[in-house]
Amino acid sequence: MTRFIIRRLLILPLILLGLSILIFGLLQLLDPAERAALYVSSPPKNPRALQDIIEKYGLDQPIYAQYGDWLGRVLHGDLGWSKTAQMPVVQALLEYFPATLELALWSFIPIIVIGVWLGIQAAVHHDQWIDHLARIFSIVGYSFPTFVFALLMLMIFYAALQWFPPGRLSDWATAIVYSDAFHRFTGMNTVDSLLNGRLDIFLDALRHLLLPALTLAYINWALILRVTRSSMLDVIRQDYITVARAKGLSEKQVMNRHARPNAMIPVATLGGLLLVSLLNGVVITETVFNYHGMGWWAANAALNFDAISILGITLIDGGLLVLANLVVDVAYAFLDPRIRLA
Amino acid sequence: MTNPITLEIPERLQKHPLPAWVHALLTNPVSIIGLLIVIVFALVALAAPVLAPPADPTNPYQIPRDGFMAEPQPPSAAHPFGTTQGQYDLYYGVIWGTRTAFLVGLLVTGLTVLIGGTVGALSAYFGGWVDEFLQRIVEIVLAFPFLLAALTMATILAPKIHNGLLSGIIALVAFSWTTYARLIRGDVLAVKERDYVLAARAVGDPGWRILLRHILPNSIYSLLVVASLDIGTYVLVFAALSFLGLGAEQGYADWGQLLSFARNWIPDLARFWYIVVFPGAALLLFVLGWNLIGDAFRDALDPKMRGQRAG
Repeated sequence: MTRFIIRRLLILPLILLGLSILIFGLLQLLDPAERAALYVSSPPKNPRALQDIIEKYGLDQPIYAQYGDWLGRVLHGDLGWSKTAQMPVVQALLEYFPATLELALWSFIPIIVIGVWLGIQAAVHHDQWIDHLARIFSIVGYSFPTFVFALLMLMIFYAALQWFPPGRLSDWATAIVYSDAFHRFTGMNTVDSLLNGRLDIFLDALRHLLLPALTLAYINWALILRVTRSSMLDVIRQDYITVARAKGLSEKQVMNRHARPNAMIPVATLGGLLLVSLLNGVVITETVFNYHGMGWWAANAALNFDAISILGITLIDGGLLVLANLVVDVAYAFLDPRIRLA
Repeated sequence: MTNPITLEIPERLQKHPLPAWVHALLTNPVSIIGLLIVIVFALVALAAPVLAPPADPTNPYQIPRDGFMAEPQPPSAAHPFGTTQGQYDLYYGVIWGTRTAFLVGLLVTGLTVLIGGTVGALSAYFGGWVDEFLQRIVEIVLAFPFLLAALTMATILAPKIHNGLLSGIIALVAFSWTTYARLIRGDVLAVKERDYVLAARAVGDPGWRILLRHILPNSIYSLLVVASLDIGTYVLVFAALSFLGLGAEQGYADWGQLLSFARNWIPDLARFWYIVVFPGAALLLFVLGWNLIGDAFRDALDPKMRGQRAG
């Protein structure tokens, strides 16, 4: 087991290397003049100035030289300057990652809790109206375009009712959070505001989080519900469940002690898939709600050819994915003794 | 539990049982609804020139503009669904957008299956270092955050090939083929050791012929299941690209593109509800139809496959 983990951890840098090379190569499809646009805020006045910029940043050097340059700087902790974020990439990561993490956590918990509960209910009351309702809810959720749902939410709860606004914080709250009176511990507004004892900012942050979290949750409930339901249905049909019932255990005991723990095993794999889904869904959700997190930054960077930012984001996201897969595989082996002993 | 919605299979056909997938499709009320939805959309797509006559027959995908005012106009006699920003007619966009949706969905699915399937089959059939090498590539591509990677590629390609639609399609295919590669590889590996394959080998059948005539036809089923589930997903993702400003160009009949205008009117969306509701409903129903079909396939053909796509 330990060897398995170590091997996977050793492969991680190789995959990151491969990732960075691929993206770097992709971005090289732009010619030097286009990439020079990254380093200036307005078009140069004459061709000579453009050439100067190209030479200064080595944009016409052979690919491997440019890549070597970039890699060297990365290993020294310098990921470059993000034009989209108007700050160094490392700083932008520290700013935007907690934002996305916060959103993901506030979505993730309802997704799992409600999704699993609904899935179990649907399986236990198989083919009754709860089951049918849950399945319809699930497939509509799966088919709903994230951005359409987000727009509908904004239409009803912001434009019409004025209850939940887009963005991360109201202006007055933002002013306080970035002032010296406020200590930022984690970068997550909900956590930090509580740690600073500011309930008003906590509520403001929640108010801004509700719609994006709901959007992410609704789309993903479908997945959790479906997998929990089929896994549970599978388990209920097993012989050991029949034995447990024959022994005289109440239905509740059978479900809680035997059925549910075993049914949860595939849901662990779901954790990994869910992370992937959140990472992708977050790009659209954050953009529509103007929520300044990794997804928002990524979308803007891609649209603006901000190569440096894209490289940095890809490294982090890619690394996260690989790590998540590793954690899921380990958890799977941990939860299912059959796999461990195989 | 008796099924109220079932198509009666005529007696003469009962003597020649239908292939499993056709039977699955026709006896499940869920898939029948899905089929109906897709058929309706297909009819709309076919009848597009009649339902919404193009102003310029050589360029029917260009949505006609009634003026250049920025503010969307509500539904009226001249514009049944209203107009969106720039006075693009929503009705026209939704009708012709149906064709775009079919085009994108079928093209992306077809290409990913073709490319992924080929890579997977070759990888499994030859084994050894070919397999190792190809699988490493698959792993690296899979490590990419899908939407971000597709976004980046589409952004770079669009100005190069001067075709936003094609850039979006290529970007999607480039990061989706891996699913099918893994799928086919698994299937081919399983089938490779079966008796009829060994028999064909013993008789001297060349490798490619064994692949084509024995191995692949038996791997088709799981492919069908995943592919049918994916058509909806690809249309969704392409719409997301268009929504963000890539994919289809402004004014092109594409639902995602129509919806992208809504981003500029968020504080007033209650007033301009039609710029979201009409294209949004079209997109939702289209994807729903395909997902219902795919779901029915999966339930009937391979009950062991659990929901695997993260959407």
